[in-house]
Amino acid sequence: MPIATRETTDPVLDGWHPIAASGELSMGEQRRTRLLGEALDIEIDLLGNASVARATAPAEPLPTHDRYGYLWTCLGEPSIPLFEIPEVDEPGRRVLHAGTIGVHVSAPRAVENFLDMAHFPYVHTDILGVEPFTEVAEYDVHIDSINELWATDCVFWQPIAATTSTEGQMTDYEYRVPHPYCVILYKTSPIDDRKDVIALFCQPVDEERIEAHMFLCLLDASNSTAMIRDFQLTIFGQDKPILENQYPKRLPLDPRAETPIRADKVAISYRRWLSDQGVTYAVIPA
Amino acid sequence: MSDVDLRDEAPTGWFPVATEHDVIARVVFRGQLDGRELAVWRADDGFVNVWENRCLHRGVRLSIGCNDGNELVCRYHAWRYANRSAGCTYIPAHPADAPSRTITAQSYAAVERYGLIWTTTNGDEGSVPDIGTLSGPRLLLRSLPVNASPQTVREHLGSHRFLPAALLETGTAASADDAEVVADHGESWVTITADAAGESSTAVFFVQPVDPHRSMIRGVLADAPADEIPVLRHHAYELGRLVRKIEEAVEEPAERTPPRGFETPVILPANPWGHQRATLSMVVDRKAAVAADIALFELVPEDGSTPPTAQPGAHIDLHLRPGLVRQYSITNGPGETDRYRIAVKRDPHSRGGSAFLYEAIEEGDTIEVSPPHNGFPLRRNIPRTTLIAGGIGITPLIAMAQALDASGMTFDVHYFVAAPQQIAFRRRLATYTCEFHVGLTPAQTTDTLLDILGTPTPTRQVYACGPPPMLDALKAKARALNWPADAVHVEYFENTNEIATDSSFVIDLARSALTLEVPSGSTMLDVLRANDVPIVSSCELGACGSCAATVLGGDPLHQDVYLNDAERQGGQVVLTCVSRASGERLVLDL
Ligand SMILES: [Fe+2]
Repeated sequence: MPIATRETTDPVLDGWHPIAASGELSMGEQRRTRLLGEALDIEIDLLGNASVARATAPAEPLPTHDRYGYLWTCLGEPSIPLFEIPEVDEPGRRVLHAGTIGVHVSAPRAVENFLDMAHFPYVHTDILGVEPFTEVAEYDVHIDSINELWATDCVFWQPIAATTSTEGQMTDYEYRVPHPYCVILYKTSPIDDRKDVIALFCQPVDEERIEAHMFLCLLDASNSTAMIRDFQLTIFGQDKPILENQYPKRLPLDPRAETPIRADKVAISYRRWLSDQGVTYAVIPA
Repeated sequence: MSDVDLRDEAPTGWFPVATEHDVIARVVFRGQLDGRELAVWRADDGFVNVWENRCLHRGVRLSIGCNDGNELVCRYHAWRYANRSAGCTYIPAHPADAPSRTITAQSYAAVERYGLIWTTTNGDEGSVPDIGTLSGPRLLLRSLPVNASPQTVREHLGSHRFLPAALLETGTAASADDAEVVADHGESWVTITADAAGESSTAVFFVQPVDPHRSMIRGVLADAPADEIPVLRHHAYELGRLVRKIEEAVEEPAERTPPRGFETPVILPANPWGHQRATLSMVVDRKAAVAADIALFELVPEDGSTPPTAQPGAHIDLHLRPGLVRQYSITNGPGETDRYRIAVKRDPHSRGGSAFLYEAIEEGDTIEVSPPHNGFPLRRNIPRTTLIAGGIGITPLIAMAQALDASGMTFDVHYFVAAPQQIAFRRRLATYTCEFHVGLTPAQTTDTLLDILGTPTPTRQVYACGPPPMLDALKAKARALNWPADAVHVEYFENTNEIATDSSFVIDLARSALTLEVPSGSTMLDVLRANDVPIVSSCELGACGSCAATVLGGDPLHQDVYLNDAERQGGQVVLTCVSRASGERLVLDL
């Protein structure tokens, strides 16, 4: 059921959601997509301005926002501002759209997978992890003053942490969840004191399907865009079959569900954080 | 159609879910019965496991995991589940922790018969149909899926025709329509005898209910033709025609629904073992001398069940007589899950336990056994492991060696004994990198330990078990060589409780008016259970919050990951499975 027809106070309805990579839209293009169970039409005029409308008769125009290389819209009252990523304005960084992949899973499942380090040696073997270095060390989780969820002081041994890697390294991670369906990773750069920024912006097509948009803001000045995209697509391509074999597809919020362990601290907090905000779409409420 | 409707129509009894060819070595087969997905896999010891097809951790299908011959390993986080018992043996994200006994996958009884794997998901009632016709020679026919309900398929099978095998082997111009057939309908199968040109063949067609709208026809011919190919080809062809006919008769193909049960998450039931002190009656199935003064005992559950899962390093408590409880390490390798193997040394200085077991307990005797407890879990996240045994201290280490070997990890064994005839597990050790140190004086032992330890590196760890003087010497030398304490693990086999260094404290239960002591090595949850205080628990790892209790007084020492900072600082709630008191007393609202 489309969210907008529900009797709901779910903040997902009033939030901004990505519906396309701006760089992939061309002048004069008309494109249909889906968001939260509804069909939307995107139209780019000859000046390059995007407009978005519900694919209803008559069409109902929707607000738009062009940010971080994506076109965002909102199906309810756009009362929740889009989160900030200040790093995009820093000098010496490359902002890239790595790609969009359709996945038959709910958005929160994809976010939870993105927050998970324990699967690196098994799913991203010889890239983001390798046996026997499987231990997930204790890390910190907190919710900041603007109700964003953070996991900090995460460390994991990685054979090839990034395209700029020349050897294995103990990689430092920080995760930030500023939006129920968007997650940002700050990761040690092999070549700079600052951190690479890698984000997953999920477009919830419906409760059990997403378009996963992969955003990068990197300190890598040397590698080609194609190579960097390849790296990210390889990683996400390894996660896709796992996500599509996960049931139920919606994320269960009952804290007893799915045998949580200490390594899942951020997932436990994420599920509670969704519950506390009253998110009901694409989850199984506790 | 609602779930309730499906349940009303749900078939009960035993059904085939796979053929013997589907469950070949190191494969996980995805089966389905009555809408429920199953992971079906054969371990190297021949046992066929039929499990619910989801990992208990994040709900990923187990059928995309890996069958390593002993254990089924989830594809996502490599949680390992044991052959037969389905208990989780290892969680790689937490190498130092032994998984809770509650983490056991849902398994179903499985029987192999007529070349098919049978199971029942409605309890163990009934049995595999006993078909006399199939007691002799038989040939498994090709199984065919049909988009029709089991009932429809059984009805149509009544008109199925085929030619006798003898005609097919010699070649014939006859067609299946020329055969005279007699169909005999069983509960969930149809037996068909076909006669033509003076020859006769009987086949039994079992109908597997895949879901309410889909079935699998699994045929078995009661004959073993010398030339199978023309017979198999004929049956595949004729059965294919029948399937087409059935599907044409079905009005509308049903929509595919997600597998039954997959719409809700995995939630582990509360601790299935209830009180920690519950014991299991086990029979001595075998007793054998394995070295001078060392006897191996094999214990199997008296009721024929599968004993609870043990990991390498775990021990069991044997209740030998009232007041005589002794702990023995389990020596089993991974996948050896139908029995516990323990080795017992006759020790003239023992306080009665081992001497009693060694001398008075014989094959066929029954012993009460507490389920395994692991105070000596094996980390598998360090590239190289050195196992150091003194005498009968080899027992937990032989289990570890087998686990490391099965995982292809690098390890070496050092085995200290007073005399060569005291070496146990000699044959198994011969296949490992193992050095025997025989008849050394205490001073020589210390020097040898120093050599074995060498300079510490982050890629090496030590596990040792043996007599206290040897372990004390090892720990002293390791310290002197600057080995980090968490890289040298020891277990004093004479008293495994000695290594528990946790605090002891008292809990006052306000509502029950009880004062209970929580000794070191026990959790509040253990103590509450043992005293019949009702409390629910699930993960028992401090992660799910099920076992929370309200704190009325005292300061909790939180060791969980479930509570948030505010709850932690508020100090009004505590998880009884892992947390303790920071002082001497906690008052709980229980
Ligand atoms: Fe991943």
